[in-house]
Amino acid sequence: MNNALKTFTNGLLKENPTFVLVLGMCPTLATTTSAINGMSMGLATLFVLVCSNVVISLLKNLIPDKVRIPAFIVVIATFVTLVQLLMQAYLPAIYDVLGLFIPLIVVNCIVLGRAEAFAAKNSVGLSALDGLGMGLGFTLALTILGALRELLGTGACFGLHLFPDNYGALIFVLAPGAFIALAYLMAIINKAQKK
Amino acid sequence: MEKLQSSFKNMVLSLVIIAVVAAGALAGVYLLTLETINNQKAAKQQAAILAVLPEGVEIGEAEEVNGLTVYKAYMDGEFAGAAVETQADGFGGPQKIMVGFDAEGKIINYEVLEHQETPGLGDHIVEWFKNADKPGQNIIGRQADGAFSVSKDGGDVDAITAATISSRAFLNAINKAFVAFKNGEVEAATGASQLHHQEAEAVEPEVEKQPQVAEEEPQVVEEEAQETQKPQVVRRARKQPKEVQEPKAEEPQEPKVNELVETEADYE
Amino acid sequence: MVYFLIFISAIFVNNIVLSQFLGICPFLGVSKKIDTAMGMSAAVIFVLTLATVVTYLLQMLLVAWGLEFLQTILFILIIAALVQMIEIMLKKVSPALYQALGVFLPLITTNCCILGVAILVANGTEKLPMGAEHGMLTGTLFAFATALGFGLALILFAGLREQLALNKVPRAMQGTPIALLTAGLLAMAFMGFSGVV
Repeated sequence: MNNALKTFTNGLLKENPTFVLVLGMCPTLATTTSAINGMSMGLATLFVLVCSNVVISLLKNLIPDKVRIPAFIVVIATFVTLVQLLMQAYLPAIYDVLGLFIPLIVVNCIVLGRAEAFAAKNSVGLSALDGLGMGLGFTLALTILGALRELLGTGACFGLHLFPDNYGALIFVLAPGAFIALAYLMAIINKAQKK
Repeated sequence: MEKLQSSFKNMVLSLVIIAVVAAGALAGVYLLTLETINNQKAAKQQAAILAVLPEGVEIGEAEEVNGLTVYKAYMDGEFAGAAVETQADGFGGPQKIMVGFDAEGKIINYEVLEHQETPGLGDHIVEWFKNADKPGQNIIGRQADGAFSVSKDGGDVDAITAATISSRAFLNAINKAFVAFKNGEVEAATGASQLHHQEAEAVEPEVEKQPQVAEEEPQVVEEEAQETQKPQVVRRARKQPKEVQEPKAEEPQEPKVNELVETEADYE
Repeated sequence: MVYFLIFISAIFVNNIVLSQFLGICPFLGVSKKIDTAMGMSAAVIFVLTLATVVTYLLQMLLVAWGLEFLQTILFILIIAALVQMIEIMLKKVSPALYQALGVFLPLITTNCCILGVAILVANGTEKLPMGAEHGMLTGTLFAFATALGFGLALILFAGLREQLALNKVPRAMQGTPIALLTAGLLAMAFMGFSGVV
């Protein structure tokens, strides 16, 4: 039980994919123009991560070592396409916003990384927990970054206007702001951890 | 269970099985979601058409004019305006806009269907030009003349702050829509051609409108059709004739045509 | 002229890394030295152009057969296979080039700018300057120009980081944060190009 808890919180805090492992930077920077966009991207990745971890853990003995990477990629790409189709059908507005970055979950290093490093070696239950932890850690990071950028850039948070209109440094919603906001967020986390 | 050895047979077999299962599962989900996806698109389209036209109108068949889709609206059998789906190249990518005109060509309303403008800047196109409190930027209720342009270019519409390119593209799209609206109206008045758009590709209706070139090779026709349009379009649009004269009628339009057919079947 | 504009647009105005956020992982990962940055750039230019052509043709088949939903899965497999093939061929044909690029090739499969650009071009949604039509030729040029833009950003960034390594940086900012901040400033500089095309 302790082991399971450890696996779960590992991805959430100690090995947070964004802030600590620095993986999956493309969607992190590109889709966090607002808190809600960041969160949707995080949740889509979470879904793929959990499903692919479970399936790969189930199949781990059926896949010969030499072809494991292509096999993993096929499994991951299948779930990504699944998310793509389901989002198009039931959440078209969000799909329009995230666009290209949904199919690009395939090449998100976190997903393949967890498949290779964890799911291929551990039981189904633990793999699912690992995927859940990592996915939630990623979602959390994207939501925080999205909320920060939205707040600084437009003065709103989750679409809720906290400051009057036209109050905000627009640069934070644009490309450079993504880099800068993430840089300071990471620095703050580094500082907090060292204490 | 023992781990499978990396023999050639095992490798091929496992990969093939995984690929087939994956493709099968996807095909299943694809078929299951296909209808919902199409319905979503059609519903969005339909909602946009209704949003830009007066209440209680009946919407006629979709028509292709200048490569844009025009939905004519009738109130008690009388022509009451039209919704035009138009597009232009914005700052971040194509902008797709549905704009409604009344019978005289006054703008009733518009809806931005798709855009990729910068959040916080260019994406203001969604509501900027329908702000009734700011006459400088409002285009709702104004008589369209196909020549709206931003103040920077000598026009009388205030562009979005720090997003002139997005604003310019938006007005360009509205201008194109008006030209199509006018051309469509003329056509209807003379009864020149009822377009058979059901199976037709987006460019073909234009060929039909140009009988003098209709017998030549398809590619040539396409070019000629565009060229013969130039004088008309240029005459109507003072600004940016280069952009206006491209009907952008190629592939992107084609799937839409098919959806529209469904939309209308649902509607009637 | 339009072809020239495609280059300006893809390299400067819509730089793949600094304004489109594709290929950030290698951008942050292999930018500590100018030499490695150049090797990576060359490999990306090579693979991206080739992959775009191949996937464009594949997409035509997929559309013809109504199998568009297999796009993601097939594209990533094609790219992975292509990278493998290039690696094997380079080893045989030009050992010198293989020496230079070999290390970077396996990394490229997971470089999201390859799959991203392939999908954009195949769907005809890549950002082209006004007046350019989406097609095979413009798509290929776009891919090539995009890869050049990636190389430019990567090499510039590597140069900055080499200098940065010699400076004192506050403890909390060391490593990734300062690299991201530098990238942010670089992105701001590139924003100056916006609206040019």
